[in-house]
Amino acid sequence: MRILIPVKRVVDPFSKVRPLPDGSGIDTTGIKFEINPFDEIAVEEAVRLREKNPDIEIVVVSIGSGDCEEQLRKALAMGADRAILVETTHLFDSLGIAKELKAIVDTEQPSFVLMGKQATDYDCNQVAQMLAAKLGWPQACFASAISINGQALTVNRETDLGVESVEIPMPCVITTDLRLNEPRFVALPGIIKARSKPLDRIPPSATPAPVTRTVKIESPGARPPGRKVASVEELVSELKSRGVLPA
Amino acid sequence: MSIVGIAFTPADATGIQAFAAALGMPFRLVQITGDPNTSCGAQQILSAGLEDIPPADGLVSSLEGVVQGASHIVAVSSMASKDVMARLAGVLDCAMVTDVVSADSPSTFKRPIVAGTLVETVEASGAPIVLTFRPAGFTKRPPERASEVESFSISPSKVRVTQAAHKSGGRPDLTQASVVVSGGRPLKDRETFESVIGGLADTLGGAAGATRAAVDSGIAPNELQVGQTGKIVAPDLYIAAGISGSTQHMAGIKDSKCIVAINKDPDAPIFEVADLGLVADLFEAIPAIRNLLGK
Repeated sequence: MRILIPVKRVVDPFSKVRPLPDGSGIDTTGIKFEINPFDEIAVEEAVRLREKNPDIEIVVVSIGSGDCEEQLRKALAMGADRAILVETTHLFDSLGIAKELKAIVDTEQPSFVLMGKQATDYDCNQVAQMLAAKLGWPQACFASAISINGQALTVNRETDLGVESVEIPMPCVITTDLRLNEPRFVALPGIIKARSKPLDRIPPSATPAPVTRTVKIESPGARPPGRKVASVEELVSELKSRGVLPA
Repeated sequence: MSIVGIAFTPADATGIQAFAAALGMPFRLVQITGDPNTSCGAQQILSAGLEDIPPADGLVSSLEGVVQGASHIVAVSSMASKDVMARLAGVLDCAMVTDVVSADSPSTFKRPIVAGTLVETVEASGAPIVLTFRPAGFTKRPPERASEVESFSISPSKVRVTQAAHKSGGRPDLTQASVVVSGGRPLKDRETFESVIGGLADTLGGAAGATRAAVDSGIAPNELQVGQTGKIVAPDLYIAAGISGSTQHMAGIKDSKCIVAINKDPDAPIFEVADLGLVADLFEAIPAIRNLLGK
């Protein structure tokens, strides 16, 4: 059984990011890059599934500049078996990434694709579902528990109302939510071992033809400053006078 | 140009009506669960009349046929809409824009990125455009008669739901409530959270929410998480009790009309964004508020 995990290189979610002065993108000066936290959860989950099912091979793939090797090595250090870097300087939108991933799936023939529900840079939450559509595979998004059950997966998925349990046949696409697991800390031996794991560099299968384009990136308008009130009484009367609470 | 709105819950219909008015376009409505809103002004209503939102694969197959000819296929942002609409965009091989907060033109939209610390203006090309939007950015319209309701059936899915999710308790939906009371880790445990945060929510007829830290430590159920990776809320009144105000949490509340912060720590970052701040122990302040409101 093979699990394919797309991982994205994103700006460190805990860094304070600013727009470039001309609004053409995110200013990444001095900003660290990390593996998208939801993708890291996907890698961790695959490693845990392999602990119970030793015949699993875990393949990670990233699409982007040569710098993405850093995130792929991290995934390898966590326990992935091999990595594919689709090396490109082209800009891809979600649909373009989904098409590139489909080409990888066609070659790799994984039992399922496991990936983050969204990347914490552009917060789009699109690629996995688009990939599932392109493959004609069923999907289970926002997983909080995954187990292998013969030719199917049993997945608990988070919904607007709470947790839903589903049985989904393989092949399929699964996205991870926050509480699926807590990724392990990678110790030095793992990092050293990851350096010698295979990492294939390949060109994209096609030149992307984006259907969405970033026109501008800017800082949001700040909320007008508020004020502190001295007591519960003042708070309640202020809320009433603003019409937020019935007078 | 015309819109097809996918309403996952009955409450979504008024949001879609507001969005269509902002773009100045007529719209048709596909209602997935519950009874359709017949005063939303839709030119056509197709209703599936389901109790639960079905898995995305079958639902998207059935939507494919009814969205033909639309320039925009839109839904209110929710976990369900993100699951389904992105698959629909994949099937239609078209552009998708997530979490639209305003429309500069029929093809240019603003949306928050990086946990709301930045705003992206994105232009979509081709047709149709699939998008999800946050209703807080679009002015509600008065009721308007809609067309007759026709039925709509959903194709089977390869996914079998073995246990559906059901909303617990009688409180309004977090994303639709006009008042939201949220708590953080100081709430200690589920019982305390329920009695203090849930209690004030009930006094105000609102919903209860929680921080990621509170959910992670088991104080509140997952579906109550408010923030970048949880629910995005925009109530008239948001009360944050014992919440320091991380960027990720703020991303989920900043469209609220009035934010009230109650925190013991006068330097908590939440006070920088709160409209009204009260430096106090929430375990004293919240009962006092309930007392003053006479409940």
